[in-house]
Amino acid sequence: MTLLQQSPGLRGQRQRLVKPELLAPAGSLEKLKFAVHYGADAVYIGGQKYGLRSNADNFSIEQMREGVEFASRYGAKVFVATNIFAHQEDLPGIADYLRELDSAGIAAIITADPAIVETAQKVAPRLEVHLSTQQSTMNWQAVQFWKEEGLPRVVLARETTMDEIREMKSRVDIELEVFIHGAMCSSVSGRCVLSNHFTDRDSNRGGCCQSCRWKYDLHADNRSVADPGQNLFTMSSKDLCMIHHLPELIQAGVDSFKIEGRMKSVHYVASVVNAYRQAIDAYFEDPEGYLLRPEWVEEIGKAANRPLNTGFFYGTPGATEHIYEPEEKPAPYDFAAVVTDYDESAGIATVQQRSPFRPGMEVEFIGPGGRCFKQTLGDLTDAQGQPLSVARHPLQTVKIHTVQPVSPLDLMRKRTD
Amino acid sequence: MSSSPAKLPELLIAAGSIDQAERYIRAGACAVLIGEAGFGMRQPGSIPAARFHEAVSRIHALGAKAYINVNKLFRNGELPGLPAYLRAAAEAGADALVFGDPAVVLNAREYAPNVPLQWNAEMVATNSAAAAYWGKRGAVRAVLARELNEVEIADFKRNTTLEIQVQVHGTTNIYYSHRNLLQSYMEHLGREASLIDRGPDEGLYLVEAERPGERFPVYEDDTGTHVMSPDDICLLEALPELIAAGVDSFYIEALLKSELYNETVLRSYRAAMERFASDPGAYEADPEWLDAIRELQDPERELGFGFLYKEQVY
Repeated sequence: MTLLQQSPGLRGQRQRLVKPELLAPAGSLEKLKFAVHYGADAVYIGGQKYGLRSNADNFSIEQMREGVEFASRYGAKVFVATNIFAHQEDLPGIADYLRELDSAGIAAIITADPAIVETAQKVAPRLEVHLSTQQSTMNWQAVQFWKEEGLPRVVLARETTMDEIREMKSRVDIELEVFIHGAMCSSVSGRCVLSNHFTDRDSNRGGCCQSCRWKYDLHADNRSVADPGQNLFTMSSKDLCMIHHLPELIQAGVDSFKIEGRMKSVHYVASVVNAYRQAIDAYFEDPEGYLLRPEWVEEIGKAANRPLNTGFFYGTPGATEHIYEPEEKPAPYDFAAVVTDYDESAGIATVQQRSPFRPGMEVEFIGPGGRCFKQTLGDLTDAQGQPLSVARHPLQTVKIHTVQPVSPLDLMRKRTD
Repeated sequence: MSSSPAKLPELLIAAGSIDQAERYIRAGACAVLIGEAGFGMRQPGSIPAARFHEAVSRIHALGAKAYINVNKLFRNGELPGLPAYLRAAAEAGADALVFGDPAVVLNAREYAPNVPLQWNAEMVATNSAAAAYWGKRGAVRAVLARELNEVEIADFKRNTTLEIQVQVHGTTNIYYSHRNLLQSYMEHLGREASLIDRGPDEGLYLVEAERPGERFPVYEDDTGTHVMSPDDICLLEALPELIAAGVDSFYIEALLKSELYNETVLRSYRAAMERFASDPGAYEADPEWLDAIRELQDPERELGFGFLYKEQVY
């Protein structure tokens, strides 16, 4: 019974010395820069082929090189999601594409299809192959299988519980990557073809149209189960948020903390990375004295557009973990501008507009490490020093007096209208 | 043009009991998929491992093959059940083990090393290179995703040394979750979760707001929640081209159907296959084959070609 040795003691007896990687989504080169600047140890991006976000602003090979170069200045790595399940027509070209990724300095691919796993191992041995969550790996022997196949890392299925992760880690010496934040498939990832049936769009090649978030009338005995006025059935899951449970995840031995959201905004990526970065660093500075700070939770809440929960970590999600209410609310804060320069002597920030703002508006500036302050906007001028009654043009340059110093890549945000 | 007799694909169906397996074989199946609930995905009934010996013997006695379904995605706590299950299958003389989870491959090497493996990862079994990967690790058959079209099926077969299995009839699973979505919803409505009976035959279905004519059967069991297609695949009229493409096994999905319906489907497909085999060049379909199925067809569920002639985008 070599596969079934008695399980060793599982509960956090050993203290990890190595920080887990904080892995952030980067749907564009700009988002990559923000993710890295706000503290991600690694980012994952999509290329123009073989990725599951066909609607995202995906990277060309040239942009990948630029991203890798930028990330390397921070000591951060860039991974590429090649996580489709290929069809026959997708097979030619995989090898060339992987060689290109390799030559662009990509550290790893995140892949689900064994066709891509095998090709990468053959033609691009420098590329690490990380098994995608789309492979639905949810037991330690499956993890063991992939280790024996030469993979250094498995991204676990979102169905895996904290106890199961501990057991996997204690039984198999392999890196485990776990989603800690963001939207979730409510199906077992990959095991859903609702989009294929509803819209002829192949969900497992990036065509997902999120049919699980639609509303359905559940019928039993040929009658609607809901009374008039009651919410309809849906499969829509609340988003994952594990900020309250980081010490436990660290002690479980998780090697990489993954944030979901290649389609999410710059503001989202920066805020969420910022919060988790601070929490992880605070824990490692003083594990015994670690306390969750309300600012981190608040920071995450400012970018969240769905209610949050802990997924499967502590058991199967139930009634309160799904979104039956008719409307999703927008995130409470909106990205207004990014700081491009700061004149210390004058206390004037130069910013680039991302959504309209005007004098008198309450705004917040945020920066890496949790820097944050509120102020009311005073007079605005354009690049030539002409006064502005409103900054209404996308990407326009605006000069603002700030009440505290700011730095390039700090963000200015406003309350959502 | 005269033509020589064609080699016929296998006609396969899942059975929920040994008696049912026998009835399906008499109706034309030459292979039957069986197993214990809790090891396979959406088995139409449970034949426990303790009865594998009897089941396989009776299926073999009728000249058919017996495959044991182990294609669930397993959790840590379920792994200890695998060795005994696989050993029981091997000792019973099962003709194949059907897997989706690599944990089964590891266990099979140890506990059922001589039983051929069939790779069935449902909707993510989409290309011949992935099939080859599993082929090198013991699989002799790839069960193709139902979302492939005829061009992809033919291309898959041309590029693999594995047998390929294609579903030719019945419903398909289109969404699978480990969540108990029906119980959760009942709880949300403030009702007793027990008002929703578990299992595939409770007649529950979903209707999406903009598609009032389509009923998506839905059910919950110990493995989670399953949403099924609103139509039934029926590839009876496409049999000659599927045979020409080299499909090795025709699968009929028994789920959500009566035994009588499934027997009728088997008889029609068997008749069509036999006629085709006797003289492929002169083959003509007998309208009675389809009529017999239509007579028993749920009027709410259309018979269609599934994805066989579809182009998908992404």
